[in-house]
Amino acid sequence: MRKDYNLEKRKYVIGGFIVAIVIVYIIRLVQLQVLDNTYKAHADNNAFMEKVIYPSRGLIYDRNGNLVVYNTPEYDLVMIPKDVTPFDTIDFCNTLQISRAEFDHRWEEMKKGRNYSAFTQQVFMNHLTPEDYGRLQEKIFRFPGFYVVQRILRQYNYHVAANVLGDIREVNARDIENDDYYRPGDYTGDLGIEKSYETWLRGIKGKEILIRDATGKIKGRYNEGADDVSPVSGNNLKLSIDIELQAYGEMLMQGKVGAIVCIEPKTGEILALVSSPTYDPSLLMGKERGKNYSDLVNNRLKPLYDRSIMAAYPPGSTFKPTQGLIFLEEGIITTSTVFPCHRGYINAGLRVGCHGHGSPIPLKPALQTSCNAYFCWGFKYMMDKRSKYGSTGKAFEIWKNHMVSMGYGYKLGIDMPGESRGFIPNTAFYDKIYGKGKWVGQTIISDAIGQGEILATPLQIANLSATIANRGYYITPHVVKNIEGVGVLKKNLERHDTDIDKRYYNDIVEGMRMAVLGGTCTRANIPGLDVCGKTGTAQNPHGRDHSVFMGFAPMNDPKIAVCVYVENAGFGAAFGVPIGALMIQRYLRGNSPGLQAQGRAMASRHTISYPKPKKTTSSGNQAANHKKSTDKPVTNNDGNQE
Amino acid sequence: MMEIRNDDENTNLLRSVDWFTIILYLIMVVAGAVSIYAATYDYDKASMFDLSEFSGKQFLWAGLSFLIGFSLLLIDRRIYEAYAYPLYGFMILLLIVTIFVAPDIKGSRSWLVFGPVSLQPAEFAKTATALALAKLFSTYGFQLNGWRNYAIAIGIILLPILCIILEKETGSALVYTSLIFVLYREGMSGFVLFAALMAVVYFVVVLKFAAITFMGIPLGMVIAFILVMGLIVGMLLVYCRSWILGRNVLLGYALAGAIAGGLTLAGVHVNGYAFFLPVIILSLIYLLWGMLHDDLKKVLITICFAAASLVFMFTVSFAFNKVLEPHQQTRIKVTLGIEQDLRGAGYNVNQSKIAIGSGGIMGKGFLQGTQTKLKYVPEQHTDFIYCTIGEEKGFVGSVAVLLLFLAMILRIITLAERNHSTFARVYAYCVASILIFHVAVNIGMVIGLCPVIGIPLPFFSYGGSSLWGFTFLLFILLRIDADRQAYGSW
Repeated sequence: MRKDYNLEKRKYVIGGFIVAIVIVYIIRLVQLQVLDNTYKAHADNNAFMEKVIYPSRGLIYDRNGNLVVYNTPEYDLVMIPKDVTPFDTIDFCNTLQISRAEFDHRWEEMKKGRNYSAFTQQVFMNHLTPEDYGRLQEKIFRFPGFYVVQRILRQYNYHVAANVLGDIREVNARDIENDDYYRPGDYTGDLGIEKSYETWLRGIKGKEILIRDATGKIKGRYNEGADDVSPVSGNNLKLSIDIELQAYGEMLMQGKVGAIVCIEPKTGEILALVSSPTYDPSLLMGKERGKNYSDLVNNRLKPLYDRSIMAAYPPGSTFKPTQGLIFLEEGIITTSTVFPCHRGYINAGLRVGCHGHGSPIPLKPALQTSCNAYFCWGFKYMMDKRSKYGSTGKAFEIWKNHMVSMGYGYKLGIDMPGESRGFIPNTAFYDKIYGKGKWVGQTIISDAIGQGEILATPLQIANLSATIANRGYYITPHVVKNIEGVGVLKKNLERHDTDIDKRYYNDIVEGMRMAVLGGTCTRANIPGLDVCGKTGTAQNPHGRDHSVFMGFAPMNDPKIAVCVYVENAGFGAAFGVPIGALMIQRYLRGNSPGLQAQGRAMASRHTISYPKPKKTTSSGNQAANHKKSTDKPVTNNDGNQE
Repeated sequence: MMEIRNDDENTNLLRSVDWFTIILYLIMVVAGAVSIYAATYDYDKASMFDLSEFSGKQFLWAGLSFLIGFSLLLIDRRIYEAYAYPLYGFMILLLIVTIFVAPDIKGSRSWLVFGPVSLQPAEFAKTATALALAKLFSTYGFQLNGWRNYAIAIGIILLPILCIILEKETGSALVYTSLIFVLYREGMSGFVLFAALMAVVYFVVVLKFAAITFMGIPLGMVIAFILVMGLIVGMLLVYCRSWILGRNVLLGYALAGAIAGGLTLAGVHVNGYAFFLPVIILSLIYLLWGMLHDDLKKVLITICFAAASLVFMFTVSFAFNKVLEPHQQTRIKVTLGIEQDLRGAGYNVNQSKIAIGSGGIMGKGFLQGTQTKLKYVPEQHTDFIYCTIGEEKGFVGSVAVLLLFLAMILRIITLAERNHSTFARVYAYCVASILIFHVAVNIGMVIGLCPVIGIPLPFFSYGGSSLWGFTFLLFILLRIDADRQAYGSW
């Protein structure tokens, strides 16, 4: 046959065609395999399911090793929407005992979530009961794409110290944004030490990498589990709180609004941090948390407000020891300096009232009798001593600096969220009100007796007491003594010396001892305990005076410093002193039937007047037998003791 | 004709057979079976050669196919020449029988089941058709001209296509259209290839941009109109070599375009149909007049081509919606990127792209692919076997496979041209064309450049029928080629 050489050239067209196709395909492969890196992630997303293993949250013990907070498991129903295939919703709803409407609602809510993604684990329902879990576990294979995740639920052995312990809640969008640790559905500390010690308590999440096939079936562990990470449990905390003392304090404060703060002076460890009214910490966990939380928020008496560290009150006469110290340090007075008191400080048309006692009197008896006039005169002389300070403004700055060195005016740095700094004015503050140079000592005379613009938290007042007990220094007060595996935080060991000469403290201590032996707080005179104290009756423009007590014991080897602040309860001697005395005894002497009886008597003395709540939850030392009540979350501590 | 020397036949055969192709074949078959092992590998599952596994069976098919291949090398090429038509007739008969006796497997009736063994006659019909075509062209005095000869050649190709379409194996049927390359090589006008190419271009453009509106009509139509105008000018200048006509038409279009642009700028709405159709038709009328002064035939072809283009454009949309079945429409839409149905029709290709893309440059390593092993890619061991290579061997492996095929196809074209007998040449071109189609379409669909058409990747995809079919195709060629000296030029 002839060979047509013209046609033979067509082999180049046919060959060229396949060469062109191969070139185009190689370009496409470059695009897919070399340039575009997203496919790898897609494939991993398909094949690997990262199952988070939640660590156990750190346990919380009190200073004596009593277990206070522990964990029980709870179950969350989660799902990966991409993997969900049509299932029997009626069976599903029946198993979970929810209505179809609730099912639809949850589905919608989940999809509206900010972090919703069809490819990642979404929480469909929290807080499954063990019964729900049991029923579901048997049928879960019928609902592909759904999984049950075990989570922890905080449990409380003592139903007290809610303000200290705080609670945990589900993370919100902001938490997730701020901290890579969190994923939707995780829990985080919300209040109290659960919040401030979150990073230690939460532990480190583990993960298990599972291999999943196209039908969603788990085919085993990736790489034999070599890349899995075991969870690391959170660190356990040891509180400085004596949980029984705390319970006793909460009992004493039943029916009252206020706070008790007890500090071990040498260490700054807080022994009790009572805020009243309070609530059972177990209200803020589990299924009912949301409802209970809003009840607490809406309660008139604001039980979520931790008065012991957040409330800034006028310190009243408990402020006087600081004034004595400053006057001594500044050389305004000596212990033998006397000031007149004719039922008060009377000068230039101003009268600051006082009560009957001898006149003129020196410092210690002035502390003993809580003489207003003495401290007003001292303050006036200091502020007006131009020869030394040049101006009232400069004198006041020095005064203010002394106050700050004693822990006033700034946060003390307690290891809890939300501490208030109180208020100590400075010169600029008064210059702004009265005009520069237009004010003198007398203008602001009420500062001398802890009134006027002065505000302090019960913690600051207790800290003053501890400072006096230590004769001139304090350790940053704190509620967590030790973090297991980490030790004591450096911050909780910081010693702060005041700028007052140590020798002056003994004079103040003697004055406070005299107040107990034969002055304003004789009810705190407990034989053998050598209590030193100072009452306060803080005036308050909104109602009855606040009853305040500040003290420590024993005098020469102080083991406990205390501040009691009872709102609208009248004289310091009325509530502050007896409560303080009971706390001191309870701590130093331990429990006794007599103290229990006195405690119950105090618990029944109410200062709050409001319609009696329908039902209350008990508190105090009976808390261990406490039965959870959910219809009235606030424990106003109205009786109901036995 | 010469006598074959029988005394030294075997040594002669060993020397003259094309080892290059055989080595490519062996590499691909073994690589294919290993890929099938990787694709179907289940964690804690048996060995590569376990006969209950796909890979074990494939090794068995491969072993048998080596035997078949060896046996084919021993059969004298005269047998093929002599029995080409009877074989073709037998295969057509088998295809027809299959339509009626085959069980329905996934909607197609193309498998003949003999107990445990199933065979797909369509795979073997390729060889028979190729032989028949070769026989036809080598018939003394046969030339590819005149409607009668064309009709016979096209008829030989169309007959199996019809049978296979009736078996509902459209993919396999389409393979035969690749034999157009053979007709082209044997003298068919290149214009047909060009027309086919343009048809594909119009088709893609019109459908791809159907949803966007421009000048009041679908953008796809606007682009197609511009393509037709470009084509007319191009053909006038290049094909007809008529500079004057080309220039005049081009100036006319430019003028019309300027007027339309001006009107649009002036705020007058210009409808696409009202603009393009009159302009193009006017230009064609001008050409009717113009052809009197020029090369009549070529200008007339240009005019016919332009008119056919217009008709084709308008019928594409209609044909697409009325002729193709819904699942075919969706496949095409997904390929063109019009629809992105990742859960449905687009799922395969999307997962397949993920598999290949996730392989990166070097791949994840043997048995380390997750996409294929966890069955995210359906049909991973048959039509989508290339995914496993892409995922586990990466860019390097994927390109290597492409180059293996390229080498084999180019080699076969070389074999075709070095044979001086028409029979050998036509048969070799048939083999090359079929391989081109399979490789281009199979790999194209896996990497998302072609619609999903269910045809296997030669030598790699799982399945005895497919492997044996290609073995027949290839080894008959090798034997025919081995005898090229005896049937040399005269």
